[in-house]
Amino acid sequence: MGFLNAFNLGCSSITIKQDVNMTISFTLNGKEVELSAEDDANLLWTLRERLNLTGTKYGCGVSLCGVCTVHLDGKPIKSCITPLAAVSGKKVTTIEGLSENRSHPVQVAWIEEQVPQCGYCQSGQIMQAAALLEENPSPSREEIIKHMNGVLCRCGTYLRILKAIEKTTQKA
Amino acid sequence: MEAQKSQTNISRRSFLKWGGGITFLVTSVGLPALVFKSKDKEETRQISAWVHLAKDGTVTIYNPAAEMGQGTMTALAAIFAEEMDADWSKVKIEDAPVQPEIYGIGWGGERGGSMLTVGSRSVSGHYQNLRQSGAQARYVLLESVAQKWKVDRSELSTESGFVYHKKSGKKIGYGEILAFVKVPDSVPEIPDNQLKNPRDFKLIGKDFQRYDVPFKVDGSAKYSCDIHVEGMVYAVISRSPVNGSKPSLKNEGAIRNVRGVLELVTLDYGVGVIADRMESALQAKALMEIDWIGEPKAKTHNSEAAYSEYEAMAESNTAGSIIAQSGNLNRELPVTDKRIRADYKNDYVYHAQMEPLNAIAFVQDGSAEVWVGTQAADGTRRDVAGHLGIDFNAVNLHTHYLGGGFGRRSMTDYVLEAVDLSKAVKKPVKLQWTREDDVQFGAFRPISLQRLDAGVNAEGKITAWKHLVIGTGGGLLGSGADIPFYDIPNKHIEVRNIDHGVRTKHWRAVGHGPNKFAIETFLDEIALDLNKDPYQIRRDLMKNHPRALKVLDKAAEMSNWSGPVPEGRARGIAFAERSGSLAAGVCEISVNRNTGKIKVHKIWGSLDGGVVVDPNNAKYQMEGALVMGLSSVLFESITFKEGRVEQNNFYDYPILRIEDAPDEIHLEIIPSNEKPSGIGEAGLPFMGAVVSNAFAALTGKRLRHMPFTPEKVKNLLNS
Repeated sequence: MGFLNAFNLGCSSITIKQDVNMTISFTLNGKEVELSAEDDANLLWTLRERLNLTGTKYGCGVSLCGVCTVHLDGKPIKSCITPLAAVSGKKVTTIEGLSENRSHPVQVAWIEEQVPQCGYCQSGQIMQAAALLEENPSPSREEIIKHMNGVLCRCGTYLRILKAIEKTTQKA
Repeated sequence: MEAQKSQTNISRRSFLKWGGGITFLVTSVGLPALVFKSKDKEETRQISAWVHLAKDGTVTIYNPAAEMGQGTMTALAAIFAEEMDADWSKVKIEDAPVQPEIYGIGWGGERGGSMLTVGSRSVSGHYQNLRQSGAQARYVLLESVAQKWKVDRSELSTESGFVYHKKSGKKIGYGEILAFVKVPDSVPEIPDNQLKNPRDFKLIGKDFQRYDVPFKVDGSAKYSCDIHVEGMVYAVISRSPVNGSKPSLKNEGAIRNVRGVLELVTLDYGVGVIADRMESALQAKALMEIDWIGEPKAKTHNSEAAYSEYEAMAESNTAGSIIAQSGNLNRELPVTDKRIRADYKNDYVYHAQMEPLNAIAFVQDGSAEVWVGTQAADGTRRDVAGHLGIDFNAVNLHTHYLGGGFGRRSMTDYVLEAVDLSKAVKKPVKLQWTREDDVQFGAFRPISLQRLDAGVNAEGKITAWKHLVIGTGGGLLGSGADIPFYDIPNKHIEVRNIDHGVRTKHWRAVGHGPNKFAIETFLDEIALDLNKDPYQIRRDLMKNHPRALKVLDKAAEMSNWSGPVPEGRARGIAFAERSGSLAAGVCEISVNRNTGKIKVHKIWGSLDGGVVVDPNNAKYQMEGALVMGLSSVLFESITFKEGRVEQNNFYDYPILRIEDAPDEIHLEIIPSNEKPSGIGEAGLPFMGAVVSNAFAALTGKRLRHMPFTPEKVKNLLNS
């Protein structure tokens, strides 16, 4: 678990070597990562089980529910269907790297509006919303709905999600 | 009564025991979850079963119920903090140790029942218990200060984390009391008249923020799947596609050769594969070729065909279980002036909690350690102990946030699987269900057919009411079938069950969803038939139930029921009670006649839940229940063919997405001083009826079979 501690302590780079058949480098939440992995390694499970970044969740495994959403070079992607090899040389951002101390405007609005219930989908919702605002700081309600439609919530938090995003756009 | 009460002192030992001192007595294994995490014992001290006090004034309150999104970890702590007069900004909340004799409640709210989080009972069940326990913790502090200052306890008062002595002008913070606090030999039961006057509540009934929200916006909230245990391996299971069949793995050699596979474990109803990482376990599972052996009962079950079995059973003289009976239905029904009859149907529905089931277990000789999100904390601990033949206290259960429960996580099947796998490999095992596993091996809200038959007299009053609920799932079918707020002199409500051998389970509000759909839609049909307003027909029936009437009137008022409705839209109204709470709703819909898609634009809802601890969250729970209910009403259906579930994942079991959420939801809570009732499910049961009733108002056609999929809607419109 040494590497996990190194990561959590904020070292600027991480190197993990195993006797396997692929070495991959990418930027993860602003840090350079060099990782040896099996060639079929998957981004979601690597984040969760090897890098201890468990804020990104498993929900469906087939890109239908969006709870595994992370940013790849700033764009929202579903980590559950993303091979680790596909992020080579790119920038990956997870909920843990979105901000320090929940300070991203989307996170601030999420707390103000008390959006989460069970919370399991909320990392995905927040990452999806943050990517939208990056691209379009003042989206219409229609644009928000279209953009957010891929992230499911079972607890029924959708209207507060809309309210929180709209609050962010008003501030912007 | 008061005198008697004050004599029932609990001894110091039992007080501590009640208070969590037990944590030090019972845990021979895996201490971390059960012992309060304190780096320096002198910095914090447990002053009762429920609370730890720190030098800096931090008050850590134990949460006795599963937090699965309903927000009770915050509401319960608020009840305790209210009576303790703690400074809310210094309150921390941790899951209570899994000790039901201390932290459980019975169905009447009495201490020492179970730690089962179901039926919207956490706040209603714990309300008195936590007020009492908070007041007892305050008593401990007051008593210590009184002794220290050599004053009478009655001269002391408290406010927001401080004890005051008005006469001398002295005050002291709760944290400072730690230096000399004495947990007395006995702590009296605080008489009810010494609890806070509700007028003085600072938390209860006010708006405050949920404790868990910050951790749920930065990814740090820990669900059991997020736990990493040293030396842990990964497992998935291929389970029988037909409930009850047994596996025979045909390609064991090939599976063992999959890179990373460590072990295969044959279970009664499946084959588990354990690997050094998740990817390998999933690959191995995908490659398994299994013959499923046996002719279990479920194999003959075809859910579409089951409806005709139910119809035959409705016609038959089968005697089922009586849910409610009054007057003489058999005599009165045939002689009424008018008979109105209708059948309603509902398919099975699946929980679809966003976090697929998972658990981590580490079984060693004579002990087990388990990490899980569960609605049945003590039940899990007991089941694991029973399964392994070890003592309850030899099971160390770490409870975690639940990524949704809705009833599914009150079962322990997934935990026992993890236990079996860990036992087989003698390592900590993280068992992950795939979404497909979660759907296919689900335990569903029952399918049913509802046959309603009403008699109306010459004055247009409903005088006879017969309701048969026929389906599979036994006792699950009956909840909500009674009509306690509608006075109909002759009624007969009965459940008839056919066991298909498939798995059924409680699902948010259980039978209330289907039953209130049938009842409230039927009332609408009667109203239309009699040319009455669907709101007024309900008013007449509940005229002797002022609380219910108020709730219905509120929803009507909020929606301006008799007012104009935009072109192309129509409204439906309904009422339902659940877990002691009363709720009414109105929705406004339109229909796309080309696609058959129903759009719910607005919902107005009102709720009487007695004293509401956290109104903002209570409304939000109702909103969530409405949306989940709407999802089930519009989209959700599990079907069986020859015993196999036909659905797999969100592509063939769609749940409501943001594009189908209502444009607006308006909710109001009726102020009340009645004792708290359950809120988490109360918004769900009327959703089927409000949509069906609005649809009938819009199109003149009646939707009687949930879900109202676009295909069904189109067929109905073209019929």
